[in-house]
Amino acid sequence: MNASRLERRAVMAQLLEERGGLLVVTGLGATAWDLASLSDSPHDFPLWGAMGGAAMFGLGLALAQPDRRVVVFTGDGEMLMGLGALSTIATTRPSNLSVVVLDNERYGETGSQRTHTAAGVDLAAVARACGFERTTTVREASDIPALRADLHAGGNPLLAVVKVALTADPMTLPPRDGTYLKNRMRAALLGPTAIYE
Amino acid sequence: MSEPVSTFQNPAGTWSQAVYDVIKAQNVRLVPFVPDGGHRGLIEHCQADPDMRAVTLTTEEEGVALAAGAWVGGVRSVLLMQSSGVGNCINMLSLLKTCQMPLVTLVTMRGEWGEFNPWQVPMGQATPDVLRAMGVLVQRVDDPELLPGEVDAALRLAYSTYSPVAVLLSQKLLGAKKFGGSK
Repeated sequence: MNASRLERRAVMAQLLEERGGLLVVTGLGATAWDLASLSDSPHDFPLWGAMGGAAMFGLGLALAQPDRRVVVFTGDGEMLMGLGALSTIATTRPSNLSVVVLDNERYGETGSQRTHTAAGVDLAAVARACGFERTTTVREASDIPALRADLHAGGNPLLAVVKVALTADPMTLPPRDGTYLKNRMRAALLGPTAIYE
Repeated sequence: MSEPVSTFQNPAGTWSQAVYDVIKAQNVRLVPFVPDGGHRGLIEHCQADPDMRAVTLTTEEEGVALAAGAWVGGVRSVLLMQSSGVGNCINMLSLLKTCQMPLVTLVTMRGEWGEFNPWQVPMGQATPDVLRAMGVLVQRVDDPELLPGEVDAALRLAYSTYSPVAVLLSQKLLGAKKFGGSK
């Protein structure tokens, strides 16, 4: 039973306070709406689909931009669909990538069906078994500041599970045109001429 | 029963070096792959290059998302897979079409010319249709002499037009895989 009282948007807001140049990728669904409620920046790449691909998209961005920090926010359902990515990230060992799973133990977009994390599947333990040297499961608000500091620190890949409450948040949509998301992030990272390449 | 012995003729010496030279010249720095015998030589060339990163995947769709993120960050990829892996990529390919992101994938074909394994036939035969259905441009190559030029053209097409492009390395090009041993 998910007894967490942490509110996902409050958690994300706190983790992204004074984020500087931190690049943020989200999975589809709730984490994309969460980010849109807080931010609409060239440093944001909210996915609207490609379920199971958020962590790998973040890995590609991290490898291409080694001087920047990348954080992937996704949900438990999205992460469960791409578990293999945890082993690929762990073996690739980028020094600038964190994955934060906002785990409400439900498929929140489709009727709040229970995910496997509701039955005890421990994504942080999976990540550890894959070779992540830094993993954490956060259940208390008092642990959020330390996690925020970790997102900004370099080092081996970090997988953080934040147990969050099942909440009904207003749907805030990020831009839905993928070419816009792509071009504005490329221009921000590579300079304005990138869109002429 | 004896262990099956692969007699697959890896044509590393005939085209792997030339294809590596092409992707190197086109500034490809990331080579995600699920291995195939046909790609063995190319994988080894990429692994030996300190300026390239060859990334082993658990499933081919990881490579689609990886390449997309890398390109947004300014790095070009070539994704290596066997035709059976194309089926694993279907939904992830929507990322490329929706965002108009380039990708070149080199797909070694199974399930066609001289195939011995019936389980390879369905996906192998469906591969070009599946790719096209998801908006991927398809270039099929039968002649190893033409392959480097085809890969060069695929990279130009992909990165000039923001399109995913698959180069299918036909089983005739690769040499059909055979298994020896007693029946």
